[in-house]
Amino acid sequence: MRARFPFRTALAAACLLAGSAAALADEVSVAVAANFTAPMQKIAAQFEKDTGHKAVLSFGATGKFYAQIKNGAPFEVFLAADDETPARLEKEGGIVAGSRFTYAIGKLVLWSAKPAIVDGQGEVLKKGGFDHLSIANPKLAPYGAAAVETMKALGAYDALAPKLVQAENIGQAYQFAASGNALLGFVALAQVVDETGKLKGGSMWVVPPKLYSPIRQDAVILAKGQGKAAAAALVKYLQGDKARAVIRGYGYDL
Amino acid sequence: MTFSPDDWAAIRLTLELAATTTAVLLLLGTPVAWWLARTPSRLKAVVGAVVSLPLVLPPTVLGFYLLVLLGPNGVGGQLTQALGLGLLPFSFPGLVVASVLYSTPFVVQPLQQAFEAIGTRPLEAAATLRASPRDTFFTVVLPLARPGFVTATILGFAHTVGEFGVVLMIGGNIPEKTRVVSVQIYDHVEALEYAQAHWLAGGMVVFSFLVLLALYASKARRSYVG
Repeated sequence: MRARFPFRTALAAACLLAGSAAALADEVSVAVAANFTAPMQKIAAQFEKDTGHKAVLSFGATGKFYAQIKNGAPFEVFLAADDETPARLEKEGGIVAGSRFTYAIGKLVLWSAKPAIVDGQGEVLKKGGFDHLSIANPKLAPYGAAAVETMKALGAYDALAPKLVQAENIGQAYQFAASGNALLGFVALAQVVDETGKLKGGSMWVVPPKLYSPIRQDAVILAKGQGKAAAAALVKYLQGDKARAVIRGYGYDL
Repeated sequence: MTFSPDDWAAIRLTLELAATTTAVLLLLGTPVAWWLARTPSRLKAVVGAVVSLPLVLPPTVLGFYLLVLLGPNGVGGQLTQALGLGLLPFSFPGLVVASVLYSTPFVVQPLQQAFEAIGTRPLEAAATLRASPRDTFFTVVLPLARPGFVTATILGFAHTVGEFGVVLMIGGNIPEKTRVVSVQIYDHVEALEYAQAHWLAGGMVVFSFLVLLALYASKARRSYVG
């Protein structure tokens, strides 16, 4: 018996240590809108380095996340692609009160994988000469709705409607255009520029923000993240200068 | 609340797609299945594996490669353009091509099994009665393989109705052209229109159950008789 005591003590001490380490460096699971994938990966890496907390990221469509969250998904923080879904969760009491804030404002671009197709004024939309124009589903994706608003503001929607191909989200709208199956696509600026804001390839027209209502992307701490230090830390980090620099670098407004 | 006009359009399109796909698959799949059932060739294993690939590949992989291959920079896309057919993605013919590939194993495998089950004796008997190979195929093989054709038709049709990932990747969600029921359900769920989603999704469950029930009931009857 006497020989066992030191072992048990050591075991207890180890457990205590592990426990306290876990309390200091915690994990937070985050549901992230697909268009924010690249910046969030970068922010999460910095967040882990700076705070010791680890952000476990899941990427997907905002509507799907809503359904999953309502049905018990273990997410603690939610970065949506719009402001309506977080507002809805807030109204339904699914979030930590007062935790909702806008983390980024998306910018819409008309883009082609080919150079010299899209001009600086978006005139190509009226000139034609293309079979397909890809957009995200306007019913589901804020970027899709903004694309439709833009075409309507230009008075070109009726002429363009037969050429529209709808993707389920902005990631797929990009894929349709990137593979060349659609010569043109309305996509997110963040998808076609690198982290310094330089166009990665092809040609684009940054749609003037006055042509569509702002694409506000809101984040919330979900009910499951209540009282969790890592969740609060991540939300605070997202509003800090370092994260905001990354977000701006990828072409979002703030 | 019941089905909206959009829902009906999706249902009609889905049935058209499944019927066309099944017809094409029976035409193309029968010779392939016959060859697989009879050949002593070493290529049999390779062809069999290729035919079964869609069983294990995630549909999004299949859809993604089709999008790339059939696009303007892909081999398939350049071929269809050279033939004056234009590009296949975002069109009904494109969906048929994708669905044929996606449902191939569900048609070829039952046919192959049916052909193998016939064995060589009826063929030899027909040959001794001086039936030509073609004659034998149509008057001996086809009637004997009928249960296999029934299974292949039902599975090919039902599997195409249930297709989602491939269509999602190359369809472009165009009403009355590429927006099938499964995509419509997905849209309803994403748009939080759960009541409409339930109608379509529930209909899909009932349809699938009835199809499989018919299949298994006909099998049970056959094995009872036979």
